[in-house]
Amino acid sequence: MAKKTKVLDFHSKWNYAPAPESADHVEVNKSYGLFINNEFTDPLSGKYFETINPAREAKLAEVAEAGPQDVNRAVQAASTAFHKVWSVMPPAERGKYIYRIARIIQERARELAVLESMNGGKPIRESRDVDIPLAAAHFFYYAGWADKLDYAFPVKHSQKPERIKPVGVCGQIIPWNFPLLMAAWKLAPALAAGNTVVLKPAETTPLTALKLAEIIRDADLPPGVVNIINGGGTTGAALVNHPGINKIAFTGSTEVGKIIQKSIAGTGKKYTLELGGKAANIVFADAAIDQAVEGVVNGIFFNQGHVCCAGSRLFVQEPVADLFIRKLKDRIETLIIGDPLDKNTDIGAINSKEQLMKIKRLVKAGLNEGATCYQPDCSLPSKGFWFRPTLFTNVTQANRVVQEEIFGPVLSIQTFRTVEEAIEKANNIPYGLSGGVWTDKGAKIFNVSSQIRAGVVWANTFNKFDPSSPFGGYKESGMGREGGLHGLAPYIQMN
Amino acid sequence: MDSELKIKKEADQKNHNGAEQKSATRQDIKKTYKLYINGKFTRTESGRYYKLENTAGKVVANICRSSRKDFREAVVAARKAQPGWAKKSAFNRSQILYRIAETLESRRVQLMNVLMTEGADKKKVETELNLSVDRLVYYAGWCDKYQQVFSSVNPVEGSYFNFSFPEPTGVISVISPDQSGLLGLISVMSPCIAGGNTCILLADRNHPLSAIDFAEVLNASDVPVGVVNILTGFKNELLSHFASHMDVNAVIYPGADNSEIKQIQELASLNIKRVILWNRLSWLNDESQSPYFIMDLQEIKTTWHPVGI
Repeated sequence: MAKKTKVLDFHSKWNYAPAPESADHVEVNKSYGLFINNEFTDPLSGKYFETINPAREAKLAEVAEAGPQDVNRAVQAASTAFHKVWSVMPPAERGKYIYRIARIIQERARELAVLESMNGGKPIRESRDVDIPLAAAHFFYYAGWADKLDYAFPVKHSQKPERIKPVGVCGQIIPWNFPLLMAAWKLAPALAAGNTVVLKPAETTPLTALKLAEIIRDADLPPGVVNIINGGGTTGAALVNHPGINKIAFTGSTEVGKIIQKSIAGTGKKYTLELGGKAANIVFADAAIDQAVEGVVNGIFFNQGHVCCAGSRLFVQEPVADLFIRKLKDRIETLIIGDPLDKNTDIGAINSKEQLMKIKRLVKAGLNEGATCYQPDCSLPSKGFWFRPTLFTNVTQANRVVQEEIFGPVLSIQTFRTVEEAIEKANNIPYGLSGGVWTDKGAKIFNVSSQIRAGVVWANTFNKFDPSSPFGGYKESGMGREGGLHGLAPYIQMN
Repeated sequence: MDSELKIKKEADQKNHNGAEQKSATRQDIKKTYKLYINGKFTRTESGRYYKLENTAGKVVANICRSSRKDFREAVVAARKAQPGWAKKSAFNRSQILYRIAETLESRRVQLMNVLMTEGADKKKVETELNLSVDRLVYYAGWCDKYQQVFSSVNPVEGSYFNFSFPEPTGVISVISPDQSGLLGLISVMSPCIAGGNTCILLADRNHPLSAIDFAEVLNASDVPVGVVNILTGFKNELLSHFASHMDVNAVIYPGADNSEIKQIQELASLNIKRVILWNRLSWLNDESQSPYFIMDLQEIKTTWHPVGI
């Protein structure tokens, strides 16, 4: 007897009334300068660029673009603050300033969340529940380390005075996918360890970092300790190559990471790189299937897939593959795509036109290589940058959609039979940032998680972050860790 | 000790194997110095050599001048050996490093002779040999301890159990220091293998004899094949390959030449290779050994799991 295929009717029964978060209380200036020495100043470059809301393609503000002279000013400010104030301040006092920043972020959390969604396109639920609370938590966590560094780095010569020293002036370059959170990840450990900073937010998402600049000013941080300058690749390059910089911390693509590593060769600058990923999410037949479906959906569609640790390669064990893929298709039919400020929205706007084009280009490459594409039948807003959640089946290890980081809501699906095969396929890639494993067997979890060559492994969960939890990659996903005790190491030097 | 005095007295009359150079009745057997790749002593595929002279200017051996292909063979061997070496119990790795120390101790006379042939004086050689053995014992002890010192259980928010611990970076290419001969080589090798990595070492141009004789020590110490591979040859020919190979995860450079550092760092960017600069003027002092040398060649892995049902 042939089984009847169950067909779910989504579009007539799953309507939600709009629940938009108000943006009335968010004040955005018409124009922002460079934040140097606790003041917003006009750029010597004389240049400004527009920043927009990617969901509406509407201008939000004009932002100053830092030229080489501006970069120089910012580095000078950071250098003076380092030598005269921040590195010689009693560590406990340093900590108090950082605690203060955490507190003000909490106070202004709603404003920051709304602005983050407006400028970056991410759903308000995520900016409200993940980005902003974690950013505050990061500052709070590292504030407490400021006067406890001796306990983080045991050495036998502990009688040496000042055996742990800051590195100096740090140039930090952050991406557009978690703008405020990435600023927190970079600033908090650097400041706790006694460094000063020139931070460059991503070109498409400068606004929450500029709000953070206001917060830093309001927290009375000594001028020059944190300087925030905006711009694109040219500004970033000027910062990386400035001789006054002692350490580079970069989060972004592997491609740019390689350029940075090459360009600072021989300069003696320290560096940490947090780069791209192409995580394998491995589902075994004995997993809790519905829970795993939720985890896989969260793994790839969280923040529109603009996540370096996104679970963009799904491996399902053959006995459950058909069932799992059907459930996955059903689940993505229910995802709500649209206004980032609507509290019902699951998938917001793609961050920029450039990124949307990149996603489209790679999806086209997948189709050209013979992969089968599945997208839900949902409507998209007429204005703004959008991309439907996308599944690729019939793919091989060699396909571009399997090998390359797409950084969008696109999941490639492969099947496997044995544990060994899953591990082999999972590791057969230059990246090594994260991985996922879904099974009810504890021994299998430890076997697989210890063999995945990646810096973070989520077992029966995915995309979880915490200030106390180290994050960072193996292989071409970068070097160094952010978060936790291990995240302090890049910002200190030992005698 | 009488035997040692005798060695000193006769050092210049013996070749580096300690055999009599002149005998009325028989000629001594000179050793052919080869490379050490995948647990085997093989000649360079290139067929090239360079001459090593002693302080008196006499050629004491023809040394293999390794090629890029030799290096690539060594990387294949190291890659193949790495998962098995990392999977061995820490206690087992510890015992193998200790075993290397034991074997080295028992071959003091052999190593002392080649080190003197390479140009060091007796007193220095003694100090270096003592430190070499002690350094191996030091790192043998760390094999099953650094994990506890540098791992953490992280107090994350929510119902999750979350822990971080070090794992080996993988395959390491290593330029041996040009000072402290054998001690330098052992000082850079030990933190690699103590931490579960495998490595390819380029012996210093002036210390190939002690390096290859040390390979014999490794070969006799239950070190699995491919875990340590030793090449001899010219740094200026091989440096770029050590830094650029796409299946090498990290490169160690213990020198101070800034143009070489620049070259290594540029080429390392091809695959985000970790560049470890251990610029030490001397490997003789206590600060030349530390678990942080092991940690330079480790990756921190963090694992999350929900708590509760």
